[in-house]
Amino acid sequence: MIVNQFLVLAALLFSIGIYGVLVRRNAVLVLLSIELMLTAVNINLVAFGQYLQDALVSGQVFALFVITVAAAEVGIGLAIVILIFRNRSSANVDELDLLKW
Amino acid sequence: MVELVLFVVFAAAALFGAVTMVWARNPVYSAMGLMLSMFSVAVFYVSNGAHFIAAVQVIIYAGAVMTLFLFVIMLIGVDKAETRTENLPLQRPAALGLIALFGAGVVVAGRSAWVTGRTVSPGSPIDGSIEEVGGELFNNWLLPFEITALLLIIAAAGAIALAFFRDDEEGDA
Repeated sequence: MIVNQFLVLAALLFSIGIYGVLVRRNAVLVLLSIELMLTAVNINLVAFGQYLQDALVSGQVFALFVITVAAAEVGIGLAIVILIFRNRSSANVDELDLLKW
Repeated sequence: MVELVLFVVFAAAALFGAVTMVWARNPVYSAMGLMLSMFSVAVFYVSNGAHFIAAVQVIIYAGAVMTLFLFVIMLIGVDKAETRTENLPLQRPAALGLIALFGAGVVVAGRSAWVTGRTVSPGSPIDGSIEEVGGELFNNWLLPFEITALLLIIAAAGAIALAFFRDDEEGDA
């Protein structure tokens, strides 16, 4: 099993995710892009775990932890997005300049 | 050979889904694109022997998380009038330059050794069944697992608190 192609694919997916975070202005789309980046990291973890044949199965266990953290992050993030939308009737991250002076 | 064909097909699907997610004007299409990516990534997990992680990926990501996203997209409305113009001058040329630099870095890294440090042991491939992963998780990774449980409880309580306290009772939340 060669690991290279998975690394290249994960790098591409991560880059697309970064592009989405930087370019999209809808807060929901930013969160979606973050999910894509976390998934790309998971591909790396699982591929390296199989490549090194780690006795602790640490690659897969860490992928599991990343999925859990992603689920928690999505719950909180979407709650915040809904609150912001309720208060300002917009989920556009460009218009959220409350902390700007 | 079968693995190579599977990889090419599903890598194309994953990249197509990711690009769709980033480019689609309609947020619902973006969510669907990410769902396609998630399913394709589950195939990569299976080809790496991570059967349990693949199942978790499909159930949690493609199931629960994407449903949550679709709920929120429907709640806050589908806003297609997102502007794509850049306000910062020189940002796009600078981005192109940085992308070229990154690509060059990847090529340089690809010419050298991909994995440093530990060499590949000729052991048996990892079998990522529930039994295997669960055994390791509850023996060697028990403390991180419990901390994850704490994190999930805090996240759930935080989400409920965010949704529960309205802004008509200022300062309470």
